[in-house]
Amino acid sequence: MSIARFWRATPQRYNLGASKCTVCQQVYFPPRTVCPNCTHHRESIGKMQPLQLSGDGEVISYTIVHDAAEGFEMQVPYVLALVRTDEGPVLTGAVVDVSPSEVTIGLRVRATFRKLREEGKAGVIHYGYKFAPRETAPAPGAPPTG
Amino acid sequence: MREVAVLGTGMTRFGELWDRSFREIGIEAGLQALVDAKLSSKDLSALYLGSMASGPLLDQEHIAPLILDYAGLAGRHLPAIRIEGGGASGALALHQGYLAVASGQYDYVVVGGAEKLTDVPDTTGNQIASASADHEWEVVFGATLPALWALIARRHMHQYGTTPEQLAQVAVHAHAMGAKNPLAHYRNRLTVAQVLGASRVAEPLGMFDCAPLSDGAAAVVLGPLSEAKRHTDTPIRIAASSVATDTMALQHRRDPTVLESTRVAAQNAFRAARLTPSDVQVAEIHDGYTISALVALEDLGFVEKGQAGPAFERGEFTGRGRLMMNPSGGLKAQGRPFGAVGVAQVVEIVRQLRGAAGDRQVPNVRVGLTHDVGGTGATSVVHLLERGEP
Repeated sequence: MSIARFWRATPQRYNLGASKCTVCQQVYFPPRTVCPNCTHHRESIGKMQPLQLSGDGEVISYTIVHDAAEGFEMQVPYVLALVRTDEGPVLTGAVVDVSPSEVTIGLRVRATFRKLREEGKAGVIHYGYKFAPRETAPAPGAPPTG
Repeated sequence: MREVAVLGTGMTRFGELWDRSFREIGIEAGLQALVDAKLSSKDLSALYLGSMASGPLLDQEHIAPLILDYAGLAGRHLPAIRIEGGGASGALALHQGYLAVASGQYDYVVVGGAEKLTDVPDTTGNQIASASADHEWEVVFGATLPALWALIARRHMHQYGTTPEQLAQVAVHAHAMGAKNPLAHYRNRLTVAQVLGASRVAEPLGMFDCAPLSDGAAAVVLGPLSEAKRHTDTPIRIAASSVATDTMALQHRRDPTVLESTRVAAQNAFRAARLTPSDVQVAEIHDGYTISALVALEDLGFVEKGQAGPAFERGEFTGRGRLMMNPSGGLKAQGRPFGAVGVAQVVEIVRQLRGAAGDRQVPNVRVGLTHDVGGTGATSVVHLLERGEP
């Protein structure tokens, strides 16, 4: 992935930048320019406002990945989950700082800023969100731990 | 719109075809279909070719004229169009070919599907499979295509009590049928214990819950039903051809255990054909992962939501019920050359409806269904096929 392609999504991947439709109040991540929920899409054009997700949410499904995605080979086995955030949108991300056997549907988690993957030894390092159990997750704004 | 019939079928063996090139397999399937349809290539109007990833796999795009050229038809200067829709590319090509004949624009078209997956290492093949998911919001965060289907499986287990053993039985059935199919990638039988004991890919899915990466090509000839008797004693009518889409990423679905695209495609197909799921005796269903087949059986309307696991366990789709699922062995055993899959499904159903399916012939079949999926269901394609009156 080119530097520019990853860099374009920095506000979302680093800061959970979402958007909210001011017509129907639905929240979207990643941000949308038109609201998929409003019956007449044109009503929502120009009325989508930026919003930052809190990062708090709940695991609604998870898998323990052994056959890694590209760039995740050093992280196996890792937990990948669907996390429903308290604001509504569901995010796909890894769950860390917990033994895979302790992850369950319903686990409360909080987004945490981590290294996602690197493109080989000399390549770009991609950062973004992963999730950690709520009790062990640092408060939003705390410095990254690894 | 006029009625459209499948007049001929062709298909290579699926599997690791290291001694054969993309163009060789594409031509073999296409020419077989033309011969089967007793069609002279001078009557051919167009080629529609489904392929998901010829560029990343072979450094070769622009493949539709390439196949026509090496089939000896460059001098005819025919329209040749390549169609891409992830794993559903072949079924989408069929939809386009169907529309072209139904509209009256073209009389006779070849619809082909081809993919050559074993010319690259498995890891590359898997990355290419994952490119049918949302790269920026799923794959970048560690998702693979099997991992996303595993998320569907875990949620299905949570909501409905589906068990790993029920999932395993889908693979056991696929291999039992593949053993009877001379063109199948895998012809060995499997046991539930072997499926459950295989190395894990993305829990709860293991290696034998996942369809392989295969080479292969398949083709059909379509033409107007009114002309069909000149070409075959057993024309098979396309009763419906239906495409539906949904959100690209699994995370944006209201319920991750439902493929709304499959539901909508099936509902539209059944309505157009004035048929219901209970009219179908044989179906080729997307079983890229064992969970895919169970979810599809529900979303196509063959069983109530959440009940596919127990129904499958009772044998309702494997011989003891009204519907036989995947007599070819499905993606799991017949093989998964992405772009060829959707066309191969139709080849199998046509052969079943003609009574020409050999050892794996399902008795007394009149209506068949095919169902193909791209990614985790951003695209679903459903075809209904019907044997004409004798």
